[in-house]
Amino acid sequence: MTQSHRIAGGQIDRTKTLRFSFDGLPYQGHPGDTLASALLANGVRLMGRSFKYHRPRGPISAGSEEPNALVELRTGARQEPNTRATVAELFDGLEAKSQNRWPSLRFDAMGINDRLSTFFAAGFYYKTFMWPKSFWEKLYEPIIRRAAGLGSVTREEDPDAYDKGFLHCDLLVIGAGPAGLMAALTAGRAGKRVILADEDFRMGGRLNAETFTVGHATGADWAAATVAELATLPNVRLMTRTTVIGAFDHGIYGAVERVSDHLPTPAKGKPRQILWRIYTHRAILAGGATERPIAFENNDRPGIMLSGALRAYANRWGVKVGERVAVFTNNDDGLRTAKDLQAKGVDVVAVIDSRQAGELLPGIRHLQGAEVIDTTGRLGLKSITVRQANGRSEIIAVDALGLSGGWNPNVNIHSHHRSRPVYDAGITAFVPGRDGPPGLLVAGAAAGQMSTHAALKTGLDAAVAALELSIGPDLPEAEDAPIRITPLWHVAHGKGRAWIDQQNDVTDKDVKLAKQENFTSVEHLKRYTTLGMATDQGKTGNVIGLAIMAELTGRSIPETGTTIYRPPYTPVALGVLAGRSRGKEFRPYRLTPSHHWAREQGAVFVEVGNWLRTQWIPKPGETEWRQSVDREVLATRRSVGICDVTTLGKIDIQGTDAGAFLDRIYANTFSTLPVGKCRYGLMLREDGIVFDDGTTARMGEHEYVMTTTTANAVTVFRHLEFCRQCLWPEMDVQLISTTEAWAQFSVAGPNARKLLEKVVDQDISDAAFPYMAAGNITVCGGLRARLFRISFSGELAYEIAVPTRYGDALLREMLARGAEYDPIVYGTEALGVMRVEKGHVAGGELNGQSTALNMGLGRMVSKKKDSIGMVLSQREGLTDENGYRLVGVKPVDPNAKLTAGSHFLEKGAAPVAANDGGWLTSKVYSPHLGHDIALGYLKAGDKKIGQRMRIVNLLAGLDTEVEIISPHMFDPEGERLRG
Amino acid sequence: MRYSGFRVIAEALTGHKGWKPVWRDPDPKPDYDYIIIGGGGHGLATAYYLAKEFGQARIAVLEKGYLGGGNVGRNTTIIRSNYLLDGNEPFYEFSLKLWEGLEQDFNYNAMVSQRGIINLIHTDAQRDAATRRGNAMILHGADARLLSRDEVRQMYPWLNFDNARFPIKGALMQPRGGTVRHDAVAWGYARGADQRGVDLIQNCEVTGMRIENGRIKGVETTRGYIGAKKVGVAVAGSSSKVMAHAGMRLPIESHVLQAFVSEGLKPLIDGVMTFGAGHFYVSQSDKGGLVFGGDIDGYNSYAQRGNLPVIEDVAEGGMALMPAIGRVRLLRTWGGIMDMSMDGSPIIDKTHIEGLYFNGGWCYGGFKATPASGWCFAHLLAKDESHITARAYRFDRFLKGLMIDEKGQGATPNLH
Amino acid sequence: MIIHHPILGPRDAQEFVYLGDASLIDRPDGMTAGVEAFHDYLYQRTNPAGEHQELWYHEQGDRSWLVVTRNTVTHEITKVELARDVARARGRTK
Repeated sequence: MTQSHRIAGGQIDRTKTLRFSFDGLPYQGHPGDTLASALLANGVRLMGRSFKYHRPRGPISAGSEEPNALVELRTGARQEPNTRATVAELFDGLEAKSQNRWPSLRFDAMGINDRLSTFFAAGFYYKTFMWPKSFWEKLYEPIIRRAAGLGSVTREEDPDAYDKGFLHCDLLVIGAGPAGLMAALTAGRAGKRVILADEDFRMGGRLNAETFTVGHATGADWAAATVAELATLPNVRLMTRTTVIGAFDHGIYGAVERVSDHLPTPAKGKPRQILWRIYTHRAILAGGATERPIAFENNDRPGIMLSGALRAYANRWGVKVGERVAVFTNNDDGLRTAKDLQAKGVDVVAVIDSRQAGELLPGIRHLQGAEVIDTTGRLGLKSITVRQANGRSEIIAVDALGLSGGWNPNVNIHSHHRSRPVYDAGITAFVPGRDGPPGLLVAGAAAGQMSTHAALKTGLDAAVAALELSIGPDLPEAEDAPIRITPLWHVAHGKGRAWIDQQNDVTDKDVKLAKQENFTSVEHLKRYTTLGMATDQGKTGNVIGLAIMAELTGRSIPETGTTIYRPPYTPVALGVLAGRSRGKEFRPYRLTPSHHWAREQGAVFVEVGNWLRTQWIPKPGETEWRQSVDREVLATRRSVGICDVTTLGKIDIQGTDAGAFLDRIYANTFSTLPVGKCRYGLMLREDGIVFDDGTTARMGEHEYVMTTTTANAVTVFRHLEFCRQCLWPEMDVQLISTTEAWAQFSVAGPNARKLLEKVVDQDISDAAFPYMAAGNITVCGGLRARLFRISFSGELAYEIAVPTRYGDALLREMLARGAEYDPIVYGTEALGVMRVEKGHVAGGELNGQSTALNMGLGRMVSKKKDSIGMVLSQREGLTDENGYRLVGVKPVDPNAKLTAGSHFLEKGAAPVAANDGGWLTSKVYSPHLGHDIALGYLKAGDKKIGQRMRIVNLLAGLDTEVEIISPHMFDPEGERLRG
Repeated sequence: MRYSGFRVIAEALTGHKGWKPVWRDPDPKPDYDYIIIGGGGHGLATAYYLAKEFGQARIAVLEKGYLGGGNVGRNTTIIRSNYLLDGNEPFYEFSLKLWEGLEQDFNYNAMVSQRGIINLIHTDAQRDAATRRGNAMILHGADARLLSRDEVRQMYPWLNFDNARFPIKGALMQPRGGTVRHDAVAWGYARGADQRGVDLIQNCEVTGMRIENGRIKGVETTRGYIGAKKVGVAVAGSSSKVMAHAGMRLPIESHVLQAFVSEGLKPLIDGVMTFGAGHFYVSQSDKGGLVFGGDIDGYNSYAQRGNLPVIEDVAEGGMALMPAIGRVRLLRTWGGIMDMSMDGSPIIDKTHIEGLYFNGGWCYGGFKATPASGWCFAHLLAKDESHITARAYRFDRFLKGLMIDEKGQGATPNLH
Repeated sequence: MIIHHPILGPRDAQEFVYLGDASLIDRPDGMTAGVEAFHDYLYQRTNPAGEHQELWYHEQGDRSWLVVTRNTVTHEITKVELARDVARARGRTK
């Protein structure tokens, strides 16, 4: 198809032709086109269907405020729904499809809704679909859900990358129209660090769409020259295709730069978009204004658009939207469109001016005091009906109609801190109110300064004020036409519908119904009718709805008020908000020192927080995980096993008050711990619940090393710093987290000492290094190391630590030098089996809900000293003698399986909450005992040892008889660990 | 006026002339038997049930702004009763049962839709915890299912199963969970209360309380003094501000929770889903928008707006779970003020001031509680004793060590 | 948000971890105070809509605890102090 509606001029590159398709049909356009301008150039007005009534729609705008011309852009994994054709930059090979229609855009079966619209009045669904009750989910809602929605989503992973970045400046200028350019020039020439961001791919704002002159040049040329000068300033960063999406606290703005959306695919190594977090001292909102239409019957046909958009398509893109054009206006700006189109040789058949008097353009028919009251043309405008001042109606054949109801300042970002816009009767629009984001000034049309001169001047003034400059550049000459507007929001006539929110199909009738039902507050109006809740956030429609409500209630527009805008300014791809944090890079991996060794062995890894730990290491022939885990447990208990426990938190605590400090931190006492010894410590939260546990060693008189659980390594350290800095600031105690500094291995089993003797340089015989000893040692001939004789497995066991970079080497050395003992490396599963066998508490028991008493450790809480949590641990609810107690559990039938999370019931008790006795916290298979064992919290469990109960897992229909036993299920006397 | 399909058709055919105001706009009377402060979901439900179920009259609801303008109008619309602890589960199950009959009860279609909720599981420890919780739910008469990875995959094959940092290992599902059209809940209760004679008074902010000899006498408002025998406060988000009029400090902090909606999309997600390895939950509204959220911003705030780090964090969770939504656009974010309590659970209780009652501390879970909260608060107001399902929601539970701490985070409100 | 760290200058609030009301500094002495005093200390909050002194921890930084005076309605920060200095000024010692 030829570009039948292309006319002369415009800022497109006619030397190059771009091919694209819409709904499968091929078209051509030029660099500089948007999808909308190119389609219009090809005579295509119909681009979409509305949400509820599936009305045929074309674009009403030439910018990001577009409610109608939404398309599915691209295909396959890159298919993106709801892209506004008016801002989609044309590229060669672009493919777009219309959406929310079936089977085709021209014939849409759901268009039946429009015929039945009287049944679909605002909020009708709140009043029906209630009977019979079960039909909502089964019948009504599925139909509604299928019919609802706009574009469709691919199920494939987004193949493009997104980035994030940080920028700092003295002044962020939002919008590069005349006000923004002047502000940036002022600040830039003064040497300030300036960022000028504009959502368009060409800076200049309305100057590109107008025929005004600025100084001695056209507006567009002045803009280009100004941009060129700014580009030479090293302190100015120009960001096109960059939308400032929101104003956040303390001068932080979010911005999205569309790096590659104008290309078929991003260049290699380039992201699709970048989310910038901009830190600025001051910002100037120079986001311009958005024209609003006038509501009248059937005002939504393709070919009816904002008057300024008609002008923009002609001036900037060299496109005439129609062959016979009319303009309907209530202000002088509509006349500009007529004038410009006429100058471009477009047939302007009439200007319908609702005002009684005003300027008359030569060669154009003016109908003053007249209003458009209806239109025809199902798939595109064919004619308008005009009610003249004398009351007579006239039908005029036109295929394009421009509407100018005045311009609304783009106050959006100014209201992101919930500042309410205030009504300015002079321009019949809302302007920025008080208490906007601190440091944000507003200039140009966004501030209600509608002439080019005023935009330039307020832009300059704002920059001078924001940066406290003494002087700015000279202002170029520019038009300073006054705003001459007589408000007209809505043409009251007849019985048809006048659209207010075009995308959501909110009409004047809906507003009337809302009034009739007393949904008169603006928020109720919005929520009841969905006015302003479409993808354009009501940029063109909201104020008309408010005005109609004001009319109906007899209140003024300021009394009626307005809703406020929320971020983002325009919709933002979720991908760019996530950036690189997706897939495997969603969160960083923390790798243990033995990771590479374990990988060589084919280990299976498990996510533990951000850590990746060895879960087990299968040997050839092992097909099931239990085989590997059982082997690791048995081999450890038979000879010796090594486990990487580097993930445990490690905190060095030093100072003359270190012991006293630990007495306050732990429920039990540490100041009495001899040097060279370690002790199990129980840490409470201030509310008396167990926070964490671990062993802490005294390495010197004023020097302790604390171990925390893996899960709480960070929070315990934070807590210690809180206690040190905020509670007891005069204590002489210093803390440092050394979790990353030391690689630590548990070496457990009857041959643990023998193996360690192969690497440790010192005497570690039982006499020299008894149970619970701790000390600084050296290994392998002089490498500094730490050794602790502690056991989580119940075996003779040690934990040995070396500087992290030697961790891998130490492991290999231990395995090589101790080969005669057949050492194995065990993973977290075997670790878990052995600790459950011993009844040690861990994740399932340390659940943030349990007390020391619950864990059977009540006596550890010393009341002879003040410690965190000591007082509140004594509250009655936490000291119930029939409360939960940690117990061991074994199935009566050794072949029966237990499941962690199952609940205890007495034999014969019904499975109801009143009989709930507690739950299993951890369950393992014990290869020594030959059956499942578990730990659990059981009410009055300490009194039930030896009794038989049931555990039930109602999710799986399991009901198992068990015996309650001591949690110390393996070597209860602890003989092995002292061996 | 009764709503029905027949009525809708009849009105449609006669130009919708017969629809009546859903509520009156009465001026406040000099005094009432009951004043409910707060015209949000909980306050309106309280008034509705006071009138309907407990036979009380002379009731007013005082709302500082517009009806339904608090958190009932700015949440992510999820209902569920998948709680763990004895103090909570009976209450939320009671609430879910009330949801199930709500529309017929108040003759308003709030679009209660039980399309199911799944909590994804990514670790063995999470599966153990889900098993414990699922069993607790069933023991309390609720419904729960444990789904395998394959079952989750059948429901949503396009989730990230093959390239995930934290692979999906299954899910805990409550089939009866779902969503409700949040505004309609407020309007339905308001309409029902108004029909039963409750005065709903908008733009009426409470500025003081008149308390004599340890007994409440009435409230000072921007529309003058209004006397009352009993005053119930249900102003979640502003609880500390309002109770300060009675000289009370609360075990509550106010925090901002942001919520998010995408542009309208053709059906993608049928039910509700929570990601277990990050802060992200999502459902899709009947209109087609993905409605989602994550963690609170984390600092005390009354600003009703949040900041970028949480917006990014939520999007990261979304992309980690659903790699296909990279090109779906976020349409709008907004913030609500949460009453974050010290154990993450609410309070429905008398105060030490006779005649003054308090309902708050809902954290970010107040919406699903709306019917039961209204019912139980009405019960307390009318009978001066706690409803059987809300007995644990007492002020003194912190003094007695009877916290209801589902997450096990202790007295750290921003972690609940 | 940006917190002007008294030692390190302006830092993004994302580097910090928030705890809550700076009254958490005023911990009673466990050897003399009882459950009621600890209850008021740990659980009860003024929770003002307006100026609020609160504890932030510079976890991704120098590990200072700070007392930040911030308005909970506007988020404006008017003062930032080292919590240790505040604690000492409130008479806390060992």
